[in-house]
Amino acid sequence: MENPEDPPRFLTAAEAGLTGCRTCGAVNPGGAQTCYSCRSELTPPSAASLQRVWAWLAAGLIAYVPANIYPMLRTTTFGRASENTLIGGIAELFSHGSYGVAFIVFFASIVIPVAKFLAIGYLAVSVRRPATLGSHGRLVLYEVVEFIGRWSMIDVFVVAILTALVQLDFAAAVFPGIAAVSFALSVAFTMLAAQSFDPRLIWNAEKREYE
Amino acid sequence: MLRLAARPDKDEMDPEQLIACPACDVLHRDQEVAKHAVARCARCGTVLAAPKSGAMTRIAMLSLTALILLAAAAGFPFLELQAQGLSHRASVLDAVLAFSRGPMAPLSLATGLLIVLLPAARYGALVYTLAPMALGWHPAPHAAAVYRWAEWLKPWAMAEIFIIGVAVALVKVSGLARVGLGPAFWAFAALLVVTILTDSTICRLTVWKTLKTRRGS
Repeated sequence: MENPEDPPRFLTAAEAGLTGCRTCGAVNPGGAQTCYSCRSELTPPSAASLQRVWAWLAAGLIAYVPANIYPMLRTTTFGRASENTLIGGIAELFSHGSYGVAFIVFFASIVIPVAKFLAIGYLAVSVRRPATLGSHGRLVLYEVVEFIGRWSMIDVFVVAILTALVQLDFAAAVFPGIAAVSFALSVAFTMLAAQSFDPRLIWNAEKREYE
Repeated sequence: MLRLAARPDKDEMDPEQLIACPACDVLHRDQEVAKHAVARCARCGTVLAAPKSGAMTRIAMLSLTALILLAAAAGFPFLELQAQGLSHRASVLDAVLAFSRGPMAPLSLATGLLIVLLPAARYGALVYTLAPMALGWHPAPHAAAVYRWAEWLKPWAMAEIFIIGVAVALVKVSGLARVGLGPAFWAFAALLVVTILTDSTICRLTVWKTLKTRRGS
């Protein structure tokens, strides 16, 4: 802080009584419903939008439970049937010595979803409470969550590919398990939760600190 | 670069001359940015403008390439499995239909959308909006709505994630049988590269500004 008398003050569109467009950056008169430049729907930064974040996040969490309990894959080899859950599939890859791939699948289907639940929850909570992580840190966290979330779909695609590929009649056949559906839903719901979060809310707390 | 408009005068507050950071809402004066310069938000560092010479042409060409690759990727088989004298080929269509039997049919539809239809729609929309920009024409009818749609589709177009799934499936199966790579595998691999190139060239706010100015002129 070079000059504590005059802190770096930024004027936001909302404070100036205007509404900034999150799609194209155009500045619209306050109270406008659609952006004059790109015609998208305008939403002023408001903590009310957090409700939607919590709703999608809860849906994602609920769908993640059956995704872990029920089998992801059903394999029949020479008449013997076996079922694999999410964790079971990773453990099998690991026991076969495919550590690299085991790590990718573990990262995509366990680490990313769980980290996403925690990160989105943390971001939503930090809007109303003083946060330990600074505004810049939280914006980076938000961008990482938005970027990485979709990669969790890998496991659903693996199930689809294996089912399509391994159809050698009696010798070996693979069928999808119901967990594939709930896992896909869980990923989609958390993507929607991340998209519902308005990053402009991150900076609200900072404004309060200055005033 | 853009200057910060903190404590502005009344006459500086013409909304048409301002730009609000999409990530943190801070107002900036919307100034002309030199080619290959990058203007960032003064508070959060989000890119506000990054005009590059020929960017529109490059994005339109890359999107066209991606559309052709997608057609090849969807049609040809991507993996072939051989074991015990039996062989089985799988194309993307087979992978999409993998869930079609039984109660998981909606997932079949979702897979088809995520790996073929939505990427195709997104690249089609990019060609539709940006090709006229590249040629210096007026925007095509409904260009704003179509580009907005392309941006909205971006996270749901997962063709490049599918190729990683293919790689994982390849390793899972390789212990059990001989696996050969089909032409679609390489089409998807090329698509991964084209997608990364496209996404790193597109600057959303710059495209919007170009659409806005071209409409006015």
